[in-house]
Amino acid sequence: MSGLKTATKPSARAAGTRSQLLGKLAPYGYVAPTVVLMVVLMLIPIVMVLGYSLMDNVIMKKNPQFVGFAHYIDILTSDSFHGAVVNTLFFTGASVIAHLVIGLVFALLLNTDLLGNRTKAVFRMIYILPWLFTVAIIAILWRLLLAPNGVVNYVLTSSHLIGSQIAWLAEPQYALLAVTFINIWSGYPFYMTSLLAGLQGIPTELFEAAKVDGANPLQRFVSITLPQLRPIVISMALLDFIWTTQQFALIWMTTGGGPLNTTEMLSTFTYKLAFSRYQFGSASASAAIVLVISLVLAFFYVRAQKARD
Amino acid sequence: MTDMIPRRQQRLLAKAGVLLLLVLGSLYAGLPVLWMISSSFKPNTDIFQYPPKLIPAVATLSGYATIFTDPTKVQFFINSYFISLTVTALTLVVAILASFAFSRYEFPLKKVLNVMIIGVQAVPPITLLIPYFGLVVFLGLYNTYQGLILTYMVFTLPYAIIMMTGYFNTLPRELDEAVKVDGGSSWTTLWKILVPISVPGIVSVGIYTFMIAWNEYLFALTLTKTVEMRTVPIGIQLLMGQHSYEWNEMMAMSVLGCIPILVLFLFFQRYFIGGMTAGSVKN
Repeated sequence: MSGLKTATKPSARAAGTRSQLLGKLAPYGYVAPTVVLMVVLMLIPIVMVLGYSLMDNVIMKKNPQFVGFAHYIDILTSDSFHGAVVNTLFFTGASVIAHLVIGLVFALLLNTDLLGNRTKAVFRMIYILPWLFTVAIIAILWRLLLAPNGVVNYVLTSSHLIGSQIAWLAEPQYALLAVTFINIWSGYPFYMTSLLAGLQGIPTELFEAAKVDGANPLQRFVSITLPQLRPIVISMALLDFIWTTQQFALIWMTTGGGPLNTTEMLSTFTYKLAFSRYQFGSASASAAIVLVISLVLAFFYVRAQKARD
Repeated sequence: MTDMIPRRQQRLLAKAGVLLLLVLGSLYAGLPVLWMISSSFKPNTDIFQYPPKLIPAVATLSGYATIFTDPTKVQFFINSYFISLTVTALTLVVAILASFAFSRYEFPLKKVLNVMIIGVQAVPPITLLIPYFGLVVFLGLYNTYQGLILTYMVFTLPYAIIMMTGYFNTLPRELDEAVKVDGGSSWTTLWKILVPISVPGIVSVGIYTFMIAWNEYLFALTLTKTVEMRTVPIGIQLLMGQHSYEWNEMMAMSVLGCIPILVLFLFFQRYFIGGMTAGSVKN
């Protein structure tokens, strides 16, 4: 998200005042469709959700009542909300770290100078595959793979890693691990491609100079590669953090937040309040809390981006 | 010369090691996908056969046949293609207009709009879902294509504008001046000069936009109701709810559901990756 470069002012000196006025108004004409869409479908809805969050009996009932911050207090003090926060933090934290590690390892492997470009292109294609699937497809595919009599259990039991088949997505002690595992699988290619582009952008002179100085591969990795990748890593990790805290579809289609709320996330918690329990007031308060969390993360993201410019 | 041999051996060993790791990695990345394809060709009774077989013992197209012969399921695909293509076309037009203003003009609201467009990307879909539900019902757009198309544009536009503005910024301003000298308007500059030479950027943005629309789940789930309005992601989920699990059919639908993205990827790999990583990598 680069800052905009300063544009030259339209030189309307030679033209008359009419075209001068037209020139001044032109940019507004060009941005008008965007502005209308953003106001109607972004600003107004945000104001609406904040309004709903202060009221009772909204949307489904005809007599809305102002209740102040009651919904916020209810939600922030409820155990189910705390559970959702803890689950979301685990899910997001583990995903971001694993994405980063797997993405970096794969990017380094794909950046090797030991193999030909053809071979590397084939592997890169395979490694990107999980990225090309819709969340709905990823969810259904892993439900098949992780089913009690599915292939993952077959491999694990026949290699004696586990004693008996496990219903990964249906048992309270495994479900959160299982959905996190699925999310890791589906998300690392984003890091891998970005880091690979980053690796290819590191000037080779840096490595050559380090080689001349007698640095071994590990030293070169720690003192050149990692610092050079740092800005990419920071902005990716923040973006991923923002996206993963918002993950809904994967959870909804694999566990629905269950069993026993062990995979309940902020998104599924909010969705259920609204569309299963029809408590739109509380749901809006929860949605507003999610918004605040995201905006705080976004603030750090924008700051990290600015620091890079 | 004598120490050349161990060194060459060392290199060979390193090469074998890297290759081994790459193969192991591709098992992790690729096996689930292979399993999906293989399952889509199995009869449903063989899905959980013991021991599991990657190559189906009996291959059948019945999973695909049930999809193609059921008008409701075909409709999922028609809906997804129609919505995604429309969103892509509209997003491109609106984004090109806005990006032109951002790239070529200075105007008082520019800073504010720019911050808004960046900030908007961080707004969680779940936050917008509840008011959208109210708004879309209010506007009479519940369970319509228009409702979904407009909704998706809110999510595709910001990124599209940021990318297109970046692209336009790389194009020399002398081009604009040349048109102006010939008496052309800014409209001419944009559509006759800038757009034709921005095709690579437009392709990247278009692919990214199509992918967001094609993959969207939450709003498709909430803002449509009848089965004729459902898109592929919801369709896959609906198959899951029906009577028994028709796994081979669900896998066939998944294979069909990822074909457009795979095709885009194969044909436009460079643009694809360029578009995806533009947010985090800069040159």
